[in-house]
Amino acid sequence: MVVSPGFTGRRRSGTELPPGQYLTHEFPVLSAGPTPQIRTDHWEFTVATESGETYKWDWKALLALPAEDITRDIHCVTRWSKLQTEWKGVSLDTVLADVETAADYALVHSYGGYTTNLPLEDLLDGQAWIAYEYDGEPIHPEHGGPARLLVPHLYFWKSAKWVRGMVLSDSEDLGFWETAGYHEYGDPWKEQRYAGD
Amino acid sequence: MERTAVRRRLSWQVATVADVRRETATARTIVLDVPEWPGHLAGQHLDVRLTADDGYRASRSYSIASAWSGGQIELTVEEVEDGEVSPYLVEVLKPGDPLELRGPVGGWFVWRPEQEGPVQLIGGGSGVVPLRAILRAHAEAASTTPVRLLYSVRRPTSVIYVDDLKELASSDHVDVRLVYTREAPDGEPRVGRIDAELIDQLAFTPADEPTTYVCGPTPFVEAVADLLVAAGHDPARVRTERFGPTGGPQ
Repeated sequence: MVVSPGFTGRRRSGTELPPGQYLTHEFPVLSAGPTPQIRTDHWEFTVATESGETYKWDWKALLALPAEDITRDIHCVTRWSKLQTEWKGVSLDTVLADVETAADYALVHSYGGYTTNLPLEDLLDGQAWIAYEYDGEPIHPEHGGPARLLVPHLYFWKSAKWVRGMVLSDSEDLGFWETAGYHEYGDPWKEQRYAGD
Repeated sequence: MERTAVRRRLSWQVATVADVRRETATARTIVLDVPEWPGHLAGQHLDVRLTADDGYRASRSYSIASAWSGGQIELTVEEVEDGEVSPYLVEVLKPGDPLELRGPVGGWFVWRPEQEGPVQLIGGGSGVVPLRAILRAHAEAASTTPVRLLYSVRRPTSVIYVDDLKELASSDHVDVRLVYTREAPDGEPRVGRIDAELIDQLAFTPADEPTTYVCGPTPFVEAVADLLVAAGHDPARVRTERFGPTGGPQ
């Protein structure tokens, strides 16, 4: 162990956070480029399967699906965690209910060109949503509005802002940050920040 | 978007503080000897880990302030009020101390000397740190690529790398402009944030097809990126790095 001479640190008690995280009450922003402005009347969500089928939803179709209120802790790889954030959105179980697929992986695409990869099973069974409200309001563009993916059990870069669709596949293609050296899975409780962690 | 394959395991390693240099009242540059450093691209960052006597640890990410040409690396850290890690790095750490780190990280907010086209850098406050690494890499590669830096600071005493920027700006290929938001030095009439007019006057135009790097606090980056897109710049050529409250619990 390499001790840092003179460092005492600030221990917290009472709140259990994933290793290496600290608590914030703000809502920091991390994006790789300018914030895209997407009009809901132009918004579309597309799922392409491994057999080449495509499924599409426009904004009205998304809002017509049964929505859920979601309260979860979120953890950003830049080390902030925010507790009990409140969202409204549609479960991907609902979105994908009629999609025929046996794929193992999803590559999620966003307006603006961002991508992120996840195992499909991490998007099912009540673990992931397309969220369109945060704290009772439409999601602000800088936080991913009009709609973002919400996958709170993984580091928050997996919860793609400005989501526009996903490609389902039998093989895992890496997304934007994953290609740039971040972990392909990103479990905050295992501190999977970077490739090989 | 550009793809860069950088996938290998990042291990913690022990650097030694070779020197520290005060930049402003709240910022300090730390010069490190890192025996096993694999090298980095200008714009990348690294993780620093501090350990207390009892094993308690805290880590944060910091942009690398220097270009890599072998030897040492530099970090510049701005002290975050009420932060956990930055006050130690700015006020306590001293030459000879060990510092654990791992990296480099990040393959998007980077500049490579072989990259085509002019480079527009726009920094707010300590957001200038990775931009300084890009300017250093540009100088060390003796690149003739035109580079412009717009650097927004509150007042003259807030400027990080004062001497270094003067030296870098002496190159025919580098233009450095300071923008003062609260208080300007004598002879500088303009006080105010970067706006559309300033971008129009001082930045490369969309027709120049620059790659633009914007770094600073989130509201700064949001505002500048929006101005660039409104001015007709291709969003895919605007790379951003936002400094959230990453210095400690807020």
